[in-house]
Order: sequence, then C-alpha cells, then structure tokens
Amino acid sequence: MKRIVILGAGTAGTMAANQLRKRLERDVQITVVDEDPVHYYQPGFLFIPFGTYSPDKVTKPKARFIPKGVNFVKATITELVPEQQVVRLGDGTELPYDYLIIATGTHPTRSETPGLDSSEYGKTIHDFYSYDGAVALHDAIEKFDGGTLVVNLIELPIKCPVAPLEFAFLADAYFEERGIRDNVTIKYVTPMSSAFTKPVAAKRLGDMFERRGIDIEPDFYVERVDADRRTVVSFDEREVEYDLLVTVPVNKGAAFLGKTGIVDELNHVKVDSKNFQSPDFPSIFAIGDAAALPSSKAGSVAHFAMETFVPNFIEYINGSEMTHEFDGHANCFIETGHDKAMLIDFNYFTEPLPGKYPVPKLGPMSLLEETRRNHWGKLGFKWLYWHMLLPGRRMPVKAEMSMAGKIPVTEPDTSKDNI
Amino acid sequence: MPVTTIADRPVHVDDEGFMTEYQEWDEDLARTLAGTIGIELTDAHLEVIRFLRSDFEQNGVTPTLRRVSTVGNIPTKTLFDLFPKKPARKMAYVAGLPKPAGCI
Repeated sequence: MKRIVILGAGTAGTMAANQLRKRLERDVQITVVDEDPVHYYQPGFLFIPFGTYSPDKVTKPKARFIPKGVNFVKATITELVPEQQVVRLGDGTELPYDYLIIATGTHPTRSETPGLDSSEYGKTIHDFYSYDGAVALHDAIEKFDGGTLVVNLIELPIKCPVAPLEFAFLADAYFEERGIRDNVTIKYVTPMSSAFTKPVAAKRLGDMFERRGIDIEPDFYVERVDADRRTVVSFDEREVEYDLLVTVPVNKGAAFLGKTGIVDELNHVKVDSKNFQSPDFPSIFAIGDAAALPSSKAGSVAHFAMETFVPNFIEYINGSEMTHEFDGHANCFIETGHDKAMLIDFNYFTEPLPGKYPVPKLGPMSLLEETRRNHWGKLGFKWLYWHMLLPGRRMPVKAEMSMAGKIPVTEPDTSKDNI
Repeated sequence: MPVTTIADRPVHVDDEGFMTEYQEWDEDLARTLAGTIGIELTDAHLEVIRFLRSDFEQNGVTPTLRRVSTVGNIPTKTLFDLFPKKPARKMAYVAGLPKPAGCI
C-alpha cells in the first residue's frame, strides 16, 4: 500500500488532499498533518483592519474541508528526515511515507528584523498577515486620527505581494471617508525600485500612488526598527519616521524544514518550477507558498498549479513520466479603495497586461483597470474559495494563462537608469 | 540579444545592459562595467563578485542579498557600502550575471 503524507492543511494542502482522494484508488493511504485546527481565509485579513470584514468571516474548522478517506492528524511537525522517509511529530510518533507533499506555507517572522518584536508590537507597530495582527490593527486604525502611516515590506518574497499596495490604497480611501485624509501622511517604504516589479503594472500603480498623494520610498531595505524613536532604518542609514507602522515581516517557511537541507535561506523548499519535485529527494514535492519558485506566493498560484501538480503526481506514483508543466500563472485582485479593484493576470513569462478576463473582450473583469466589478469579484471570491476551490471542484477559469483578451503594451522602459 | 562593445570586445547583453553569456566575463571587463556605474573595484568588491559567480555557476540563479549574507558570509551592510543604493542589481551587473529576478 502506498502512503502519501501531506504536511499542512492550508490552501494548497487541502486542495491537494481533496483532488488526490478523488482520483486515487482507496488502497493509496493519504494522511494530512497540521497543528492548527483553524483554516483562515487569508485574503480576508486585508479587510479586517478597515472594518469591512468582521473577524468571524475569515475562519472555519480545517477538518470540515478534509475529505472522507483522508486521515487528518492534528499535531506539531518537529522533524523531517528525507533520508529515512519519515516525519516526526510533537507527541513522539513517527509517520513514515512513500511520497511527501510539503504544504506548510510561509510565515511572517518578526524576529528576523531587530526591533520589530518589541513591546510596541500591537501598539505603534502592526502587521495584517495574521488573524491576531489584523484584529489588533483594526483597533489601532480606528483610534488613529492623524500623523504618518508607514506601509512597509521588509524583504521579498512575501505571500500575496500585492497586499501591501492594497493596504495603502484602502488606507487612503478609509481616511478620506473619515474626513481626516489631510491629517494623514501615507508613505510606502519598499525594498523594490518601484511599486511593482513588472514595468507596465509598475507604471500604472506608480500613477495611482501619485494621484492619491501616497509617497513612495523605494530601494529601502530595512535593517532595523527603532521602536522608541518610531523610526525605520535602512542598511544604508536612511531613516523614515512613523506614528503607525504597518509592516510585512520577513516571510519564512516552516522552522522544521531548516534542518533538512532541501530548502533555501528562507526555509522555502527548492523544487523544479515545472513540476514541484525536490531535485534532492524525488519522493518529496512542495506546493503552495512552501515552495521556492519564481512565481508569486498566492492562493491563486497554488490553485492554478494544482491542475498540473495533481496529474503529474499521479503519473509519478504510477511509475510514469510526468507530462504536465506549470507556467507560473497568477491572478490577483488589487483593491484600490472606494469599492473598486484592479485585476492582474500573469505568469513566469508574461507581465500583467491590460485587457478583459476571463472571457476575451467581454470580461466581465477588466485587467489593470480600476472597476467596481473587479471589487465585487474580489468579495465574491470568498464564497468560491470555501465552496469550490478548497473542496477541489472545477473553477470557471482556465489554469493556464492565456494571451486572448490581453492588449500588449509598450511602456517606456525606465529600468535602464536603475542600475 | 543585442551585442555591445565593452572594453574593446563584443559582449552579449540584455536590453538593460546585463550580460547574458557567463563565459564572456572576466575581471578586466568587471572593472569597466563597475566604472560605468561609478564604482572603482577593490578586493572587497571582487570577493563579493567571486561569490556571486561561483554561486551562479552551481545554482543557475543570481543570488539574493540574503543569500550573499547568509551563505557568502558578507554582511548586507557591507554590500550597501560597496554597491550603494541598489546592491542586488549593481552586483549582478558587475559580475556579468542576469538581473536578479523580481519576486512578484
């Protein structure tokens, strides 16, 4: 009997468990391990600080999404020994496997940045990438009546790389609606040279920052936070003062992976970008945010990836060659405030372009444009997530990125001046 | 891929001027590349460049600042001193390696 162990019951692990259980014979045993009984709808964290979602809207029990015929173990993972094909758990039990799927995600790690883990965390220093963080930030933002709000990301890669942009846009709209926008300075402090890495989207987002009066502080690589002076300090000694700091800490993969030798410096598992297999141990695969890939770390990527991962994995365990290739397809809504949103669609090879999605010319979504429909699309996605995506039902969009409906643009490339 | 002339020899570069052929690089060329972005190469620069080149040769990817500091043992602060403002891009440019991948 073949034994498959899936580590992590988040977005990717849950989707994999559902799709594999449907497609594999019953003599294949599937076990899922996770220490946290709660499944968080992570895209919803963004809306909690502004009061759009109450916290109870983003949680459900993980067990509800694990299908019948899959063994769900609630335990802490303490060790993975790839050479022995065994996982050790917090209660001392050993879980041997024939095939391992690592889906333990990536996690904001405040301790990586001096000063971030200070007693000011939860007071003047916040993040919104965790349930508790988002809830605490809601209180702080309600009480905030003027001063400098700094929105920052410490280092790439981070999961949902557009979320800090969305946070800045939503903060602008929120303070405007409260009638105090003139009393608030919003600064976007980023290690990148512009708001986004790809030129067409960077240009549009840069213009949107300007229109909203959001200042951007580019090439700012945070070395430390001086919580007493309410200042972020960069490696090249630049300083930005804040009254309220909303940061995205360094994202790291699960700590137990650090000792396995199959990860990069941030504990993300090194895998083949086409089929998610570890080059060191062919019995190990890593999916979702846990994998070190040149694609975005996002639920949409995990979802699109599943359509090539699942058939590849089944081919592999049946001793066949893997015949599917992942193209790095990502699709992100970007909330831009006042009930509007933008949509971007891209992959390893093609940057986000304007056009219509998912149906060429018709949409109903508009790419790289702010519309109300996009906003309702983003809000409606929560239902799809719980009811279609996690249980592994077919979604009404194609997994592979398509150029149909997209308009190629040539924007002046200013990056030459950037070296 | 465009071909340009650097230090009197033909060199393949991408549209932003990053070299695309690993073998076309040598330390003389690095001096010229560094000069074009206002950097005079010292041994300290060359130590960084050599780590970048050997790491790229093994992994096929231009290493990140974090990798240079954790695996190459060169503190990030030093990298900002040696290659001011945009060390990741500048190091890759001088080392004749592909532009570091954006992470989005």
